[in-house]
Amino acid sequence: MSEILSYLLEGLQILLLLSAAPVFTGWVRTVRCWAQGRTTAGIFQPYRDLMKLFHKDIVLAENASWIFRFTPYLVFGAAVLAGAIIPILSVDLPLSTTADVIALVALFAMSRFFTALAGMDIGTAFGGMGSSREMTIASLAEPAMLMAVFTVSLASKSTSLSQMVQVIGHGQLILRPSLAFALLAFVLITLAETGRVPVDNPVTHLELTMIHEGMVLEYSGRHLALIEWAGMMKLFLFAVLGIASFFPWGIAEAGNLIALPLALLLLIAKLALAGAGLVLIETGLAKMRLFRVPEFLGSAFLFATLGMLSYFMLE
Amino acid sequence: MISPFTLTTAALFVILLALIMVPLLSRSQRLLIVSVFSLTAVASLLTLTAGIWTVWDGITESYIILLGLPDLPFHMRLDPLSGFFLTVIGALGFMVSVYSIGYVKGFIGHRPVTSLAVFYSLFLAGMFMVILADDAFFFLISWEVMAAASYFLVMFEDEKTENRRAAFLYLVVAHIGAIAILLSFGLMAGSATGFEGFNGYTFDAMRHATFPPHWAAVAFFLAFFGFAAKAGVIPLHVWLPEAHPVAPSNVSALMSGIMLKTAIYGIVRVTFDLIRDFPWWWGAVVLIFGLASALLGILYALQQQDLKKLLAYSSVENIGIILIGIGLSMTFAAFHNPVLSALALTAGLYHTLNHAMFKGLLFMGAGAVLHATHERNMEETGGLIHRMPWTSALFLIGCLSISALPPFNGFVSEWLTFQAFLLSTALPSTLLNLLIPLGAALLALAAALAAMCFVKAFGVTFLGQWRGHHRPHIHEVDWSMRTGMGMAALACLCLGIFPTVMINWMDAVSVMLVRGKLAESAGAFGWLWLTPISHERASYSGPIVLLGIVGVVSLVFLLLHARRRTIHRGPLWDCGFEKITPRMQYTATAFSMPIRRVLGFLFHVRERQEAKRHLVHKAFIERLRYSLRVRDHLWDWLYQPVADISFWVARRVGRLQQGRIQVYLIYSFATIILLLVLLR
Repeated sequence: MSEILSYLLEGLQILLLLSAAPVFTGWVRTVRCWAQGRTTAGIFQPYRDLMKLFHKDIVLAENASWIFRFTPYLVFGAAVLAGAIIPILSVDLPLSTTADVIALVALFAMSRFFTALAGMDIGTAFGGMGSSREMTIASLAEPAMLMAVFTVSLASKSTSLSQMVQVIGHGQLILRPSLAFALLAFVLITLAETGRVPVDNPVTHLELTMIHEGMVLEYSGRHLALIEWAGMMKLFLFAVLGIASFFPWGIAEAGNLIALPLALLLLIAKLALAGAGLVLIETGLAKMRLFRVPEFLGSAFLFATLGMLSYFMLE
Repeated sequence: MISPFTLTTAALFVILLALIMVPLLSRSQRLLIVSVFSLTAVASLLTLTAGIWTVWDGITESYIILLGLPDLPFHMRLDPLSGFFLTVIGALGFMVSVYSIGYVKGFIGHRPVTSLAVFYSLFLAGMFMVILADDAFFFLISWEVMAAASYFLVMFEDEKTENRRAAFLYLVVAHIGAIAILLSFGLMAGSATGFEGFNGYTFDAMRHATFPPHWAAVAFFLAFFGFAAKAGVIPLHVWLPEAHPVAPSNVSALMSGIMLKTAIYGIVRVTFDLIRDFPWWWGAVVLIFGLASALLGILYALQQQDLKKLLAYSSVENIGIILIGIGLSMTFAAFHNPVLSALALTAGLYHTLNHAMFKGLLFMGAGAVLHATHERNMEETGGLIHRMPWTSALFLIGCLSISALPPFNGFVSEWLTFQAFLLSTALPSTLLNLLIPLGAALLALAAALAAMCFVKAFGVTFLGQWRGHHRPHIHEVDWSMRTGMGMAALACLCLGIFPTVMINWMDAVSVMLVRGKLAESAGAFGWLWLTPISHERASYSGPIVLLGIVGVVSLVFLLLHARRRTIHRGPLWDCGFEKITPRMQYTATAFSMPIRRVLGFLFHVRERQEAKRHLVHKAFIERLRYSLRVRDHLWDWLYQPVADISFWVARRVGRLQQGRIQVYLIYSFATIILLLVLLR
């Protein structure tokens, strides 16, 4: 009985991920419009964009190989699988033991690997430039990401996500210096990994500033829709991962169905706050030059290391 | 009476048969290739079976064979450790032998391949014997057979200067390493039975000896130095990126895939089996060398434009990752924590097997590219995915595996290494608790850079459009080469999906060496779940990750294709420029430019631009020349001074050579007088 229930919850969570990710992106865009004094297109605009792209035909470059056509599906699949692993509403997920947090980072790395290959597949300068920059930033962000994750997993003595959420969630609501530093590092890395200002700009198509957009410039139609949707899911998943690792209070325990509506409400509130925070960072900062990004990621690494040191010294 | 020992002996006899057949068949090169490489494939298959069997049953048996010096017979021994390495060598040896049938045919019409067949067989036999040897003499003789055979293989295309230079460098470093190993065995034998007799030369005598602590340290570091020279650990790596690329590609696959592993075998054998009792800081030293090799190796690899050189530097990185596992295991073992020590050792050995598979695959793939295009320089290739679909798909699997991406095998061993790092909090020393996780961050950096490096290797070589000036006729390679690569790719996938089965099998090795069992906790939830210590701690399931991705991808694909929307092919978007050419694609040099800029202080970078300006106005540039040279600092800091001193000494000594017989007679006379005075 409880087995079936947990599989139902798993399915519910994947549905939630697929449907809520565009809304979250819509929310971030709306808040940014408010912050910049513009009128908004509403938080459901991303749905309409996706719909439009799914209905369009594909124009494929003459030189594109199967890698270029396979990548959108793979990127989408990896995002869905990652969404099945991170505890969003309940810790009772049958698939959450499939991969721990290190494997989760590797899943994101895999979709990035294929996106970078797709960027190089057609043989334009923009694609290669985007791939090269994306891989550089990712390779500098990954150690910082793992250090931040390690700090949390030291505090919870596990790298399994459900276990981390449970241990942190049962802890007291006090400021632990190690977690505070790790959170700071995690925020900086999220900006880099999801391609937001000040590292990359998701709305630009200016030739020399593109990073992620440079790689996917040649995509169109349903391929582009899948990539865009996966990008929205990635942003959503990073927000949820941050919430699950640092503010899990309110998430439903195993077998506790009554807590689910409350967990959903709390999640919406936390996500709304996270989105607003993201907009504050994005409107408050200007995009940096590419060669300033290593310093930015270096400071993220430093924060994560400080978190680890303070765990050993203070806790 | 079939036993693992008879199987390995049979394998050696099969290789002997191959060597006898060479002179008989050297007239018909085609027949020679087919028969010799089929026989080495059979020999490898026999060894593979013997290896799997030995580890599976946990056999430990020693044999004395009727060869050797008077009163000093050769000893051989099969135990789980040697069984494991026999499996690694047998598996890749089999794949590469099958591959060689097609690859070596490419030399027909250019040069005779008799020497390649001879030394290839000797090289394989040498590696088998190194693993089987159970005394210092037999070990060193086999070690030299292996080194000499590989020297001649590197020299195969000896009309090129770079080949001769690389082979010489390899020979020098290999012999400096061999001297260190010889001294180390001498010290251990001496501690075992005293320096008067010869009885201490068997490994069995060393195993039962007690070493004084400082002599044990000297013996260990001599052996570590010697084996590190063979394994290409930084700073002893310089020969590796010279020698591996210039050898024929099937030989490079063997050298990178398994010859380096014999050095890992040596380190594990000497440390865990012969010395047994060691302080924690030995492990820390191994760990530091491992980290340095992993990080610097991949950074150098990223700066290469030669595909095979890139792969060779990446071997330096992977040897580093293996040493990280071994170093952690030594540290845990010194603090008497058998389970964690077994975890780290399993991670290191698992990566040894994985690296053999994917590096073998990648070198075979590079060989296929070389075979089809005669081009090693990535800047002159591109777009091969359209002409060589099989090779490119298999090469991609190798790239995914080496970049530690799930569900392939490289990910499993790196994941186990990360788990071992995270469990270092169990150590009773705060300093180690603080410093070891920083090592994990360095490993993460190396893994991420490896992904970048192989995006570049695959993207520049196989994707995009052909960059070369002339367009040769490019064809897909033949069935034997595809079979060899296909088996390695299949092994990469299986090792990534069924790690619990493998760890269960490998448990005999860690039980033998560190007395820690991992299989019970690792496979506690069945073959589907890998839970190294406990399921609360961490778990990973390769099959579900694979099924999940394949499931979602095919579901989405079917959903979207049910509506049958057409795909239009159109020209590249060129921003209205209209004169876009393949030369405008991103190159390998351009791809690694950001890292060169960010971490450039680690290299010796010389960048030059010369512009030829137009006569009308200097703002118009007619032609631009760009040259770039990236070298490691270590060559200038460590090797150049040694080379300079050697030449200086050689010049001074050279003055003794007068070329006149009278002077030489005076030398002899003086020497005799001197000896009489001194040694009366």
